[in-house]
Amino acid sequence: MQNNSLVSISDFTKDEMLELLEDMKYFEANPNRRLLEGKVVATLFFEPSTRTRLSFETAVNRLGGRIIGFSDASTTSSSKGETLKDTIMMVNNYVDLIIMRHYLEGAARYASEVSRVPIINAGDGANQHPSQTMLDLYSIYKTQGTLRDLTITMVGDLKYGRTVHSLLMAMSYFNPKFNFVACDELKMPQEYKDFCDEHGIAYTETRDFSPEVINSSDIIYMTRVQRERFTDLMEYERVKNIYNLHNSMLDNSKDNVRILHPLPRVGEISQDVDSNPKAYYFQQAQNGLYARQAIICKVLGIDVKSLRENER
Amino acid sequence: MSDKNILAVAALQNGTVIDHIPTELVFDVVRLLGIEDLDSSVTIGFNLDSKKLGKKGILKVADVFFPDETLNRLAIVAPNVNVNIINDYKVVKKFKVTLPDEIKGIVRCNNVKCITNNEPMTTHFHVVDKDKVIIRCHYCERSIEKNEIELQ
Repeated sequence: MQNNSLVSISDFTKDEMLELLEDMKYFEANPNRRLLEGKVVATLFFEPSTRTRLSFETAVNRLGGRIIGFSDASTTSSSKGETLKDTIMMVNNYVDLIIMRHYLEGAARYASEVSRVPIINAGDGANQHPSQTMLDLYSIYKTQGTLRDLTITMVGDLKYGRTVHSLLMAMSYFNPKFNFVACDELKMPQEYKDFCDEHGIAYTETRDFSPEVINSSDIIYMTRVQRERFTDLMEYERVKNIYNLHNSMLDNSKDNVRILHPLPRVGEISQDVDSNPKAYYFQQAQNGLYARQAIICKVLGIDVKSLRENER
Repeated sequence: MSDKNILAVAALQNGTVIDHIPTELVFDVVRLLGIEDLDSSVTIGFNLDSKKLGKKGILKVADVFFPDETLNRLAIVAPNVNVNIINDYKVVKKFKVTLPDEIKGIVRCNNVKCITNNEPMTTHFHVVDKDKVIIRCHYCERSIEKNEIELQ
């Protein structure tokens, strides 16, 4: 990892992920710590993403740092044809950390190679979004009390949905069992099933979002079928409403099951699920703040562990 | 290899012979080795009869000894070609090319949304399966199988 950047969840070892979960727990209990006093952070959003940007900017603010940046590349020189490299070379003169989102895949990896300051990838096209994975892991850890030996059902867009791919990789350390529920057009790519086989991870693959699948799950991870990932809009119209979760479908589910969703949702989870205590997607989004605080400190080399231990 | 082929190889005094090139890949091999930029004499055989391949190509490059790194590029498109190093009409070294662990440049990522196709920069791939020839883009992380590999 060059200059401590975070581009992909695979940049972290298992131990680093476990440490980060403890850091996140610390920030949940102590969200306002002025650990970034005197630091300036850039949020470069070449592709708009209000939710992710607000979450990162809140994290910086709660840590006492300052922010520069843009939320829409059409107002910047990249719309005049400036290369990504030039934008990064300019911005890294001004700041201590760059948080970026880009519509092109691999943009964050490339930026991390040219930048003198650390880069945090806040999403590069359909590729990686590691802070989302950390908040997903934390949500699972917090609701289940463990990451080990869980049955995780992933539903919806398993082909283009980067969150499920990253979560699958991250969970592979903890002996999970997966159920992949998707239609043929959106099923889990072969390379991830090969990955499961190579790591001895059990999985089932069904088109049916059946009671058996729901009732055996500890975590149900719902995803949105995203229009922007389709080149064929006819195909999108055909598949967008196949996998919707209604409250009655949870009647015989396990007590500990929690419903996760990276949000925004469209129709995948009906409103009547919201009041069910098994619904966890709004708290999950809140965990995003702690994940981003922990990640920002980690890439800047701020020792949260000592802080945790001293304050115990 | 037949006697006739050995004769053909031996006809070069010093240099490099690339043999058993699938005939449709001859010009890819020419390009990968940068033959266009050489000053030395080069013989390009195309659509020659071959017991193994049916039709094959062969390349004889006089007085040039390519670095292994350059030769191993050939494995990206043609993993079974033979390289013969000729010194004073004799084959002094003979080997099959092997895929390197990493490939920089040469190959284009076939993901149109990859940063490498939108920014003036060098492509970079990790070879994830040498037998099946599967490479993965260092940037967008997409895997590319042998039959989908496109040269730049």
